[in-house]
Amino acid sequence: MEEGRSTASAIEADSVSLSQRRSNFIYQFTQQSLPACKPVLSPVWVVSVFFVVGVIFIPVGIGCLHASRSVVEIAYRYDVECIPAPFRGNKLAYIANDFIPKNCTKHLKVPRSMKAPIYVYYQLDNYYQNHRRYVKSRSDRQLLHGLEYPDIGLCTPEDVINGLPVVPCGLVAWSMFNDTFSFFRGVHELNVNRKNIAWKSDRDHKFGKHVFPFNFQNGSLIGGARLDPNIPLSDQEDLIVWMRTSALPSFRKLYGRIEEDLDADDTISVKLLNNYNTYSFSGSKKIVLSTSSWLGGHNNFLGIAYLSIGSSFIFVAFLFLMLHIQNPRSYVDTSNISWNWKHISD
Amino acid sequence: MPGKKKKQKLKWSKLYTFSCLRAGADEPSAPGADRLLGQPGFSRVVFCNEPRLHRSKPYKYSGNYVSTTKYNVATFVPVATFEQFRRVANLYFLLAAILSLTPLAAFNRISVVAPLVFVIGISMIMEAVEDWHRFLQDRKVNSRKVLIHAGEGLFVQKSWENLAVGDVVKVSKNEYFPSDLLLLSSSYEDGLCYVETMNLDGETNLKAKRSLEATLSLDEEASFRDFKATIRCEDPNPSLYTFVGNLILGEETHSLTPAQILLRDSKLRNTEYAYGVVVFSGGDTKAVRNSTRSPSKRSRVERTMDRVIYLLFGVMVFVSLVTAVGSAVFTKKSDVERWYLRLHGGDDALFDPDRAALSGFLQFVKALMLYGYLIPISLYVSIEVVKVLQAMMINNDLAMYDEATGKAAEARTSNLNEELGQVEMILSDKTGTLTCNQMEFRKCSIEGISFGGEVTEVDLAASRRMNIDVERHRFSLDGSDSTARSVEMFDLFTADGSTEKEGLSGGGGGGKGRDSRVSVSEKERGIKGFNFRDGRLMDKMWINRSNVGEMVMFFRVMALCHTGIPVEGEAGYEAESPEEVAFLVAAREFGFRFCQRTQSAMVVEEVDPMSGVEMMREYKLLNLLEFNSLRKRMSVIVRNEDGEILLFCKGADEVIFDRLSDGGRTYQQATVMHLSNYAEDGLRTMVFAYRRVGASEYERWSGVFSKAKASVGPERDELLESASDMIERDLILLGAVAVEDKLQKGVPECIDKLAQAGLKIWLLTGDKKETAVNIGFACSLLRHDMEQLHLSTSNEARTKAKDAKEEIMIQLQRFNQLFIEEDRGEKSPFALVVDGKALELCLNTDLCEKFLSVAMSCDVVICCRVSPKQKASITRRVKEHSGKTILAIGDGANDVGMIQEADIGVGISGMEGMQAVMASDFSLPEFRFLERLLIIHGQWCYRRISKMILYFVYKNVAFGLTLFYYNVFTGFSGQEFYDDWYMVMFNVLLTSLPVVALGVLEQDVSSDVCIKFPALYKHGQQNTCFNWKRILGWITNAILTSLIVFALPISILSPSALDRRGNPADAAHLGAATYTCAIWAVNCQIALMTLHFTWISHLLIWGSILSWYAFLSLYSAAAYSGAAAHRVFPDQVGAAPLYWLATPLVAAAVLMPHFVQLAVRRSFFPADEDVIREMERAGAEAGDSAAWEREQERSKRVTQVGYSARVEAKIRHLKEQLQKKRKSFILSVTNSRQ
Repeated sequence: MEEGRSTASAIEADSVSLSQRRSNFIYQFTQQSLPACKPVLSPVWVVSVFFVVGVIFIPVGIGCLHASRSVVEIAYRYDVECIPAPFRGNKLAYIANDFIPKNCTKHLKVPRSMKAPIYVYYQLDNYYQNHRRYVKSRSDRQLLHGLEYPDIGLCTPEDVINGLPVVPCGLVAWSMFNDTFSFFRGVHELNVNRKNIAWKSDRDHKFGKHVFPFNFQNGSLIGGARLDPNIPLSDQEDLIVWMRTSALPSFRKLYGRIEEDLDADDTISVKLLNNYNTYSFSGSKKIVLSTSSWLGGHNNFLGIAYLSIGSSFIFVAFLFLMLHIQNPRSYVDTSNISWNWKHISD
Repeated sequence: MPGKKKKQKLKWSKLYTFSCLRAGADEPSAPGADRLLGQPGFSRVVFCNEPRLHRSKPYKYSGNYVSTTKYNVATFVPVATFEQFRRVANLYFLLAAILSLTPLAAFNRISVVAPLVFVIGISMIMEAVEDWHRFLQDRKVNSRKVLIHAGEGLFVQKSWENLAVGDVVKVSKNEYFPSDLLLLSSSYEDGLCYVETMNLDGETNLKAKRSLEATLSLDEEASFRDFKATIRCEDPNPSLYTFVGNLILGEETHSLTPAQILLRDSKLRNTEYAYGVVVFSGGDTKAVRNSTRSPSKRSRVERTMDRVIYLLFGVMVFVSLVTAVGSAVFTKKSDVERWYLRLHGGDDALFDPDRAALSGFLQFVKALMLYGYLIPISLYVSIEVVKVLQAMMINNDLAMYDEATGKAAEARTSNLNEELGQVEMILSDKTGTLTCNQMEFRKCSIEGISFGGEVTEVDLAASRRMNIDVERHRFSLDGSDSTARSVEMFDLFTADGSTEKEGLSGGGGGGKGRDSRVSVSEKERGIKGFNFRDGRLMDKMWINRSNVGEMVMFFRVMALCHTGIPVEGEAGYEAESPEEVAFLVAAREFGFRFCQRTQSAMVVEEVDPMSGVEMMREYKLLNLLEFNSLRKRMSVIVRNEDGEILLFCKGADEVIFDRLSDGGRTYQQATVMHLSNYAEDGLRTMVFAYRRVGASEYERWSGVFSKAKASVGPERDELLESASDMIERDLILLGAVAVEDKLQKGVPECIDKLAQAGLKIWLLTGDKKETAVNIGFACSLLRHDMEQLHLSTSNEARTKAKDAKEEIMIQLQRFNQLFIEEDRGEKSPFALVVDGKALELCLNTDLCEKFLSVAMSCDVVICCRVSPKQKASITRRVKEHSGKTILAIGDGANDVGMIQEADIGVGISGMEGMQAVMASDFSLPEFRFLERLLIIHGQWCYRRISKMILYFVYKNVAFGLTLFYYNVFTGFSGQEFYDDWYMVMFNVLLTSLPVVALGVLEQDVSSDVCIKFPALYKHGQQNTCFNWKRILGWITNAILTSLIVFALPISILSPSALDRRGNPADAAHLGAATYTCAIWAVNCQIALMTLHFTWISHLLIWGSILSWYAFLSLYSAAAYSGAAAHRVFPDQVGAAPLYWLATPLVAAAVLMPHFVQLAVRRSFFPADEDVIREMERAGAEAGDSAAWEREQERSKRVTQVGYSARVEAKIRHLKEQLQKKRKSFILSVTNSRQ
């Protein structure tokens, strides 16, 4: 430090000021005398902090709630309804039997007018797409490079069938959702756009443009959907969507977009193929139609949370204010110091 | 050369008329010693001058190389590694690292192994550096040179380490003895030599050692050509004061006593050279046997932290168990049902429904790794880093830099920084620590008149506080003769007294005022050992006074009654104790220059009081009656040029007063008063007296004395004693002198502050009781209205252990009785003064508990004449008994045991010896820096480390639990919520730096405030910052945070669309969003904890949050295309307003509980430092210094010890006196009216 100073003086004028400031900093740092701001929680400060936060949060909450409520969402659980009455007692037998036709038509009522684009989701509940065994049973490199990438050990048990590697390998791809939906307003079929339902980056960077399904669903156990071996993975958007595993056992995945406005009280018929087995683990399947706002889909939680936290801040602010008015402790009140208690007690 | 030697012999050898008495005076003789030799424990054989005989068994003894290192090159890696894994947490991390190499790994290997290697590496490097320093120090000691007999009468220089048993060595003046030697001869013809044993036992006065008559002739190098002898003696042992052995020289056998043994680490003084033969070398020497290996110490906070780690470990095991059981149940149940998991078939042992138990177990092991975030390995890394930085701050503190020695404070081990903030007791050495081992002549009382100032420092401060003229007041109270004189003296002393005490009364200023005073007066004075100013005596002004005759006698006592010799050098004299040098210097200043000593005469250059001319006077030295601890006096009998025989005597007051003649008590009353004043100021006093001896009486006595001297056998001592008693009587009192055992700079102020901080101070010294008590007064540890309890064994009881024990028991019971009585009334302070012998008994018998409880109830404890072993054992006992944190401070090798034994050992580095510093945890150039080290650095470090650990626990629990919650939603499958690299970054980059800044920069109150309000130190002592209430509070807060951080983002983002493009959030999005919230939450939390924001803290806290976004953008852009995090940030969550809106909400929700708690505490139940911070802030705005000072005054705890307490006591005393006086005045007035 001393040396630092003496060398500093030797250097020329303008660099002196710089190095002086530097050594000054080092001096202050080592002597622990850096200038510092020492906030003191005075009552005014406390009350105003609580108040300001509350005042900011409440309008934000109102905004969020408003956005969420502007979204029209129709959710319909079809997994039970779509089983013909005779099979209701044994759903598994129904779904396992390939010879029973699985088509089913249901009608949905549009409660409020819905502006295009209307997003079509399928929702699965009690489906552990986030289970570790499931999540890791995939090979991202194979999805990008195809058969060139031979190391697919992680994909067990769906890695090699009949001595040949499976593309795309792994449980995730194998168990792909295979219910299909089509929508009619009256007799007029609503066009469902199934392009661009996956993240662009996934299509561009994660799924190979020259990777085609190979040896897929050829084993003794058939999982879910089959893939067209002539379409490259990067264009199989259903697969891409499915491969983005969900965080929770209850999740939605985008199916497509209806690019027509729907009016209030319209009745939409959904023709669906109820192929996917959720009956063995008592999961449920839903079809969801939803518009979106700037904030995304229908979810009041954010707005309510903002409102409740904001108002509790304001409540605390008032509480403090009351307490201070009732029981004022003047700022810098030395009678609170412990040695002053002793003086009193002595 | 021969001439000079001759002169030497003349000067010294004759002085010791009593030398045979002193040789064995202290040591108990071992009557059966000869019988013991050859028995087990007494089997050593040394062939003198034939070291080659010791090269082979059975006479091969250890070499003289002394090593204090813990490791050597070969053992370092295994031993140090083993040491590291004694930390349980490290063992866990090692296990995790090994498991991460197996398929069970939860994370990638580097993220588990690297931190472990880093932590262990850092700790091991620090160990290595410390050991390297020890090695260098060893090498320095071992390569010291000494002259060794190489055969044929030739002596050559060799290193200490090459010394072997049997070697004959020649040690010169002021050199240390390289090993334990048997003294053969010295530069004095009677084989005497003087030894300074300060390093061994802390005693400052020199000890005389004396060779056997039989070896006296070996006083030339050539005489060792054919010297051969055999020593049979005891085996190596640590007892410093015993030695049993025989020297077989030719046909004769001479028995050896400790008086012939020169111990390693002691120093040859006042003797040109000494020859000795090596008896014990290296590890066998008594000094080394007395030393103990330095134990590795851990601070209290760290020990609590271990328990916190155990708690967290328990939590981890619990959640792992839940996970394991959950997973097994889930697997079992999902066997067929969850067809998409394809569990059936058992290709994955972790999820095998057929072997659920095994799966559960594997899942458990895996979960232990997954939840490893609950036990933060980074905590250890960060703590190591922070402590090193804190140590750097301590090392670089300019306020603890001593310009005189060019040394700064040094934290030699960094792992005790926070312990400095929790010290409750200080055990201090005296010499070299509190005092500089320099004597200064300060005051004297001649013919009942005190010179050199009357007012004590305490009086002055008290008078300033009470605004009264103490001096006049006191004199009138005492009814002393002349008020005029007192006024005169008061004026005299206020002149320099006022500047003198500015530093103390200023309080905050510390040593500043005092420093300037010292430097000024040193310039004025310039005479070492003489700090006396009084116009009435200086510059020969005394010759103008009325009663000069006795004054001259007084000065003659000073100039003649001593053992010193004039030498060339700074002081001009050399004597057995520095006290005598001070007397001689003072005598010279008064005009009585002692200038020559021959075998039988002493020459003094005296001022003739009549003419004022200086003339040489020769006194014939007839007898010298030696000083010893039993006699407590010393006399010389001289014949002056007129043929008059005079006896000059100096000694302890009670001894001299007993021997005064009836006519010699003229000044006794005044002298007694002065003596008590001097003693209260901590000055060492001595009373001077003389008598004229008639020629015939002397003749008679001389005969008796010679006969006593010539006698042999055990009754000799008694005869000599009674002979001297005959002549040392009917003395005429001349007066008293007071010398100051000079305290080091700033010691009383420092002790005062430490006492106010609530620290108890014990004084442990090897010196005698009187000296220790003097110093107690000088440092304000003792004061006169204190009840002094003396615990000692009587002379009679010393021989019989049982009686002595009973005696001690009775004394202890009496003290306890006193305490009980006191409890009822007003509490008056107690001081316990314990003697080494009594202490020995107390510590080693069942009296220990009783003794310690008495000692703990006293305000001050002073232990005198304690050996190094005792120092260590009392430290250990007190530590065990009280459970308090103990700091030991000392400077010499005799303090090493104590320093190692205490929770914190502090060595004084300003002195020459380095042993204490080497053994210490912190070294300071001077004692006074202890104040800053403890009250500022200790307090800061304690609070910093506490906060830091609490925060660490908080952030890791908060983060780690989210991983568990997520697993509940994944069927307990052990899936990670966040990307691997996010998790690695959590402790490495995103949350580690603010906590380091907190650990280094946080100051809850500024250093000024710490010094002004030492009472704040109690937080550390009461451990308010790191107790279980706090720890559990923070863990609760962490659990709350984890719930908020996990639940809110999930509820906000799921299951509906994430943005207006309709895509719902998946695992990668939720992971990133939750992680963002966690980063915000923990970094904002630390901002809420911080009380002292420098720009560095701001930069690191907010920078950490920003760096998360930076990291996320980089990582998600550059992530290899497969990773789930690919493009997560800019395209996906980053583009969603939901994500940005979730963060502030979560942060606010997380901070709210703590913020409310803080606001409530600071508003309605503020802690002391909260109010002081408010005052500080308000004071900065309004400049309200009056309130500031008032609080400062009030904060001075009601202490019993220290300067302030003394002033308080004085004021109380004066007020009482005033009251009494007023009452008597009123009484007398009313009486006179009636």
